[in-house]
Amino acid sequence: MSATGIGAAVRRKEDIRFITGKGQYTDDVVRPGETRAVFVRSPHARAKIKSIDVSAAKKMPGVVDVLTGAQLATDKIGNLICGWMIHSKDGSPMKMAPHPALAAATVNHVGDAVAVVIAETQAQGRDAAEKVKVDYEVLPAVSDPAKAKSGPQIHEVAPKNTIYEWSLGDQKAVDAAFAAAKHITKLDIINNRLVPNAIEPRVALAEYDAGNDHLTLWNTSQNPHVARLVISAFVGITPEHKLRVIAPDVGGGFGSKIFIYPEEVVCLWAARKVNRPVKWTADRTESFLTDAHGRDHITHAELALDSNGKILALKAKTIANLGAYMSTFSSSVPTYLYATLMSGQYDIPQIYCEVDAVYTNTAPVDAYRGAGRPEATFVVERLVEVAARQLGLDPADLRKRNFIKSFPHQTPVIMAYDAGDYNASLKKAMELADVKGFNKRKREAARHGKLRGLGYSTYIEACGIAPSQAVGSLGAGVGLWESAEVRVNPTGSVEVLTGCHAHGQGHETTFAQLVSERLGIPFENVSIVHGDTDKVQFGMGTYGSRSGAVGMSAIVKALDKVEAKAKKVAAFMLEAAEGDIEFKDGKFTVAGTDKSAAWGDVALNAYIAHKFTGAELEPGLKETSFYDPTNFTFPAGCHICEVEVDVETGKTDIVTWTAVDDFGTVINPMIVEGQVHGGIAQGVGQALLEGCVYDKDGQLVTGSLMDYTMPRAHDLPSFKVGLTETKSPSNPLGIKGCGEAGAIAAPAAVINAITDAIGSEALTMPATANTVWAAIQRAQPAQQAAAE
Amino acid sequence: MPAVSMTVNGKAVTGDVEARTLLVQFLRENLRLTGTHVGCDTSQCGACVVHIDGIAAKSCTTLALQCEGAKVTTIEGLAEANGPLHPMQEAFREHHGLQCGYCTPGMIMAALDIVRRKGNDLDEHTIREQLDGNICRCTGYHNIVKAIAAGAKAMGKGGSPTRQAAE
Repeated sequence: MSATGIGAAVRRKEDIRFITGKGQYTDDVVRPGETRAVFVRSPHARAKIKSIDVSAAKKMPGVVDVLTGAQLATDKIGNLICGWMIHSKDGSPMKMAPHPALAAATVNHVGDAVAVVIAETQAQGRDAAEKVKVDYEVLPAVSDPAKAKSGPQIHEVAPKNTIYEWSLGDQKAVDAAFAAAKHITKLDIINNRLVPNAIEPRVALAEYDAGNDHLTLWNTSQNPHVARLVISAFVGITPEHKLRVIAPDVGGGFGSKIFIYPEEVVCLWAARKVNRPVKWTADRTESFLTDAHGRDHITHAELALDSNGKILALKAKTIANLGAYMSTFSSSVPTYLYATLMSGQYDIPQIYCEVDAVYTNTAPVDAYRGAGRPEATFVVERLVEVAARQLGLDPADLRKRNFIKSFPHQTPVIMAYDAGDYNASLKKAMELADVKGFNKRKREAARHGKLRGLGYSTYIEACGIAPSQAVGSLGAGVGLWESAEVRVNPTGSVEVLTGCHAHGQGHETTFAQLVSERLGIPFENVSIVHGDTDKVQFGMGTYGSRSGAVGMSAIVKALDKVEAKAKKVAAFMLEAAEGDIEFKDGKFTVAGTDKSAAWGDVALNAYIAHKFTGAELEPGLKETSFYDPTNFTFPAGCHICEVEVDVETGKTDIVTWTAVDDFGTVINPMIVEGQVHGGIAQGVGQALLEGCVYDKDGQLVTGSLMDYTMPRAHDLPSFKVGLTETKSPSNPLGIKGCGEAGAIAAPAAVINAITDAIGSEALTMPATANTVWAAIQRAQPAQQAAAE
Repeated sequence: MPAVSMTVNGKAVTGDVEARTLLVQFLRENLRLTGTHVGCDTSQCGACVVHIDGIAAKSCTTLALQCEGAKVTTIEGLAEANGPLHPMQEAFREHHGLQCGYCTPGMIMAALDIVRRKGNDLDEHTIREQLDGNICRCTGYHNIVKAIAAGAKAMGKGGSPTRQAAE
């Protein structure tokens, strides 16, 4: 392994600009003549717009224009769409309601935009926005997904506010397995609604070039090409070749910046209308009101086991809240990213899952770190843990009895696991966590009035999203391959243009490590280019832990082609047969001779083209690949959480955290560990602290960081992180992906640990001190009765 | 509009601002020092932390006019142009204390204030408690804590000729 090659903990290239304040985030970009957009948003969860009077606002100082949804409709700007078709059990297509970028007739959640002020400064825009008079007829709203079906109908197309009633698996076979079961474990689970809260709020800056009838959008996006495609082909702002989308440095995404949002559409539309650049920068309250939220499931789940603790079947029925409108990929999250992972790491013969997706008068819900897989893991890992406790079995032992041990393994819910060793990660995690010493620690804690508990989460996820044909057959409106273009310059330095997008993942470093190792050139001589539709031809962006498994595979394929072409050039230079040329460590040699050519010389010769004719070989050295994976990848592992609960206050302290993950090949262990840490923090946030609350009328109660609890440094411990490795056979590097593992594994580990500590399974997330204290009080009479 | 004068990163600056202009707006929009970020508007996240007369402050809830005559240091002022990095900057890079980088300038400025108040030998508990005013959504804090401990130690050794933040 070289100092900068695959497997080395190389320090990041991108850090220099970030630690010196020289990053270029979207809000840092300023265009000449720039104006600011300020949105007028609905204070009501559901209302009819009777009229909008913008006359007073237009007279305010610095106002350039005030635009409304009616004008948007007049200009025939299309609706935002959800790009993944799901069919209900009865075969009917999902009920996608119209989602205009500015509401003209009705508003459907607090924060729904009805007008936009374009002003010289943001302060002037805010002053003017207060003068826009909107006459609303307030209508009854529904915010609780459990009550959505009986609540007031939000959209004409969706009776009972039902988007789809979907299922996966063989219901009859599952029912038969349950009928024959010796033991059944039942759980009611609420997977709490979360707000992604990337620290950089969303920003959109649009500029119109009238001379060329061309628009440019700088945008906080995880996938600028998809944004361009949707905004041109579906929203119809301008043709695709007349729109450039640039996603510069992006300050965190976690899914929330995948989606196409109303504000970027409105900025583009307005920039052309006022013929000046238009910038919108969200404040944090707008992030809370309008960023797509995550999770929000209500589930009843059951696990059937035989007398030996062997799992026979699993069934789950889930209500998934998708909010007021269907966001870009919202339909896929509680279906094909959720029910397909219900087998966990276990050999479960039969699984059946029903999902009803509903509209409510709340912000749209879509993919948030893990997206469906944390919800599935929570169901499976809580069921298994509770089943073990009910059967008097060791939770680790019950898991081992049911682990999948041979691969490939076809689950009853679509996925074909290709490689893994679940015993290995469990064993290593138990050693690192010193599970053997737990009882002693528990006794010591009890002497200090603390309840100590230990919880496992042996999770699995499907990453490397995704084989295009497979997702197409499941309803995806796009392919999920990735592209790479490797440009070798005449001096031998290299630019890689990738369709992935980095917003914290460190691609400028890890992708360069791959190229450096493969071509034998210095790491410093490689640049990674991403996030600009004028530079990169097309790409699908970064989410679903796909950039290593899919994006880097595309680079490998392009590098294969570069090497093949370079060998041809070298053959002419060295006057040898192409088949005799060998390439290693940045040097071309002729087999059986001492003749050689350095990488830089071959690159130069490819461009000066003096050693071959145009009939023999095309000059230049630049190759492209579009890589379509053959399967998902299946990262898996074991997280063990140990907690101490204060009996008097209910406050939970996470004492230790142990994570052992199998991500296949690791390119940069420093970066991979960082991804694990961040994922765990978000998972612990969900389990202990975070919960988005709407009141019954649809008002957002947790609308700022003063009301919504984000994990801070003192809420978390340092983490013990280890790795096991089985390579993914489904991509050339053997990578599985690491970005979401922590967020997927963590919530179940925390809740399993607290419920172990307090001796009661009735605990909802977030397990705040108050919630845990109440659970202890409820459990105590029962425990006392049992003791008597 | 009233005028305001202050020293930013060692340079005297003046500007006409509205009375309601925040320090962070003055830095970002008037001076184009965009390393200081806005994350939350409510003094919760700390992405906007700068030093005013050597003490960490949240520039999203400080009026520019409050800083009349003050010495303000931002992330751009930590290392001399073309000079070596400040030891705390170097520690964040060495220990992978950042991912997306958005909270990082505020984290580094807050870290320097912890060193000013608590010294160069910082244990994990102290760092975690003292970092209460800064939120990072990417790193889970693990490596930030390591970076601050290492950066504090390096500053104590005086291993760098760069300006100290508390100046």
